Amino acid sequence: MMNNFVVLPLVIPLLSGLLMALLRKNVRVQRWLSILSVLLTFTVSYHLLQTVKAEGIQILEIGGWTAPFGIVLVVDLISALLLMTTSVVSFACIIYAFKSIGAEREKFYFYSLIQFLLTGINGSFITGDLFNLYVCFEVMLLASYVLLSLGGGRVQLREGIKYIVINTLSSTFFLLGIAYLYAVVGTLNLAHLSVRVAEAGQTGLMTTIAVLFLIVFGIKAALFLFFWLPGAYSAPPAAISAIFAALLTKVGIYTIFRLYTLVFYHQPHITHTLIAVMAGLTMLLGGIGAIGQWDIRKILGYNVIIGVGFVISGLAVFTSAAVAGAIYYVIHDMVTKALLFLLGGTMISIVGTGKLKEISGLIRNHPSLGWMFFITTLALAGVPPLSGFIGKVLIIKEGLSKGVFQAGFYWLAGIGLLSSLMILYSLMKIFINGFWGETQLSKEMEKGTTQGLLFPCVFLTAVCVFLGLGAELLYPYIESASQSLIDPHSYIQAVLSEVV
Amino acid sequence: METMMAIVIGILFSIGVYLLLCQSLLRIILGISIISHATNLLIITMGGLKTGGPPLISDGFFSYTDPLPQALILTAIVINFALTAFLLVLAYRSYAVLGTENMEQLRGNDDE
Repeated sequence: MMNNFVVLPLVIPLLSGLLMALLRKNVRVQRWLSILSVLLTFTVSYHLLQTVKAEGIQILEIGGWTAPFGIVLVVDLISALLLMTTSVVSFACIIYAFKSIGAEREKFYFYSLIQFLLTGINGSFITGDLFNLYVCFEVMLLASYVLLSLGGGRVQLREGIKYIVINTLSSTFFLLGIAYLYAVVGTLNLAHLSVRVAEAGQTGLMTTIAVLFLIVFGIKAALFLFFWLPGAYSAPPAAISAIFAALLTKVGIYTIFRLYTLVFYHQPHITHTLIAVMAGLTMLLGGIGAIGQWDIRKILGYNVIIGVGFVISGLAVFTSAAVAGAIYYVIHDMVTKALLFLLGGTMISIVGTGKLKEISGLIRNHPSLGWMFFITTLALAGVPPLSGFIGKVLIIKEGLSKGVFQAGFYWLAGIGLLSSLMILYSLMKIFINGFWGETQLSKEMEKGTTQGLLFPCVFLTAVCVFLGLGAELLYPYIESASQSLIDPHSYIQAVLSEVV
Repeated sequence: METMMAIVIGILFSIGVYLLLCQSLLRIILGISIISHATNLLIITMGGLKTGGPPLISDGFFSYTDPLPQALILTAIVINFALTAFLLVLAYRSYAVLGTENMEQLRGNDDE
């Protein structure tokens, strides 16, 4: 189905970002434009979600060049769901930034950069071409480089350099993979790649390329190769690190899902086993890191890593229900990780330090903050009525039932359960140390206020509770999304209908 | 010709990796730059090396050059250019603020 709406999630943030760059001095207009742009993107993605549900996958051939010769944009259910969640999360983070980011950053293109970041993220979700994906990744990464180092504090510069060097290197490997793939199959359109790889068979050479891509996206998604993440995500202000934690790694996860369900799915005993091992190790190592840290920002950073490992273990199990669980968990993870970083950022802004040992008794003056942190902790640990539960149940149940045939999946499910416990322990550590105990700071002694910062947190908490209680509403979409991932036929049919 | 290119790319990659592993930030940036040039060469080699063919399929010509790798490289070069420029500015800025460009001393500590 051709549909011009498909390009809008890419165009809206791009144009508003450019417009904001022209209105540099006028911060108030920039704020309104940011909100407007995010709301528009949300409306468009909601519309796309309904259209895709009713009429099937929507595509747009850019410039009228038919696939596989031109670039296509494709929106299927998983893209539409992720686009919607991205808008929700960025809405909250932008509102949080109004009160917390400071006039300096606002005047130096902060809002434009957020829009460019969203352009790259949305583009990665909707593109149907591997090289175009590389370009969208670069758009996103360049914006994130600037956002990370904007302000030029000592820690920001130091961590920014490491982040940039590692990501540039992984992008170079991405290009290498693209070059090899083009040499072997002669196309870069994802649907066409799927057809060609299925025709030629996934030989050893193809599997090698698949593993190369796994390394690339492993770095981007913080899957096993996550050593850069805790430092980089703890450097920038809360609003920026929340948007990073919620969205950047998820783009990598989405790409892993797309590539290993659409293109490289013929040798699961090599690629998917490797993915399973990486996912298990990610959960374990991330969990150990989260338990061992005493700095709020570092603990939250390691929690992002555990989440990535858990989502990818859903892909490793590779049944329809497990993938549905993984999609559900991605959406939950985007919302709750943003919420967690915003709450952590609020705590730090009140006390002026991220060190847990110097914080105590915040619940007396900030009860709502404490309760929201508690709800988020329960949601992340997977306590039933909240949003983390359903994803966890689906993935672990499928893992256990697959473990009957392959004992390795018992291990994966076991590590998944253990990781929930580690999440609970590490976040409870923040809760008990930070909120309980003797109140050391009176209202007057606090370094910052929570004024205006609580609304986005309340909003995200509401979304998080809705995801848990309203799972029944959401599940039909997620179920069909996972079915179209497991069976790539509909995707290929939609993109290449005129050729095949 | 392809073998020749493969050797050249291999040499460029090893130089790039050597520079990446240095402690000096400036050398790391140069290493990244060289590795991305090697990648660009690799893309054009992977597309097939031919001389004299136009990038169009028509009846008159038997040799045909694939235009797609060249388009890819053009994009990659532009992106890489922007990236290197930004990285150089950031390196300068961090040298001014942190007072060092030795990566050993950029590990950070717990007091921040």
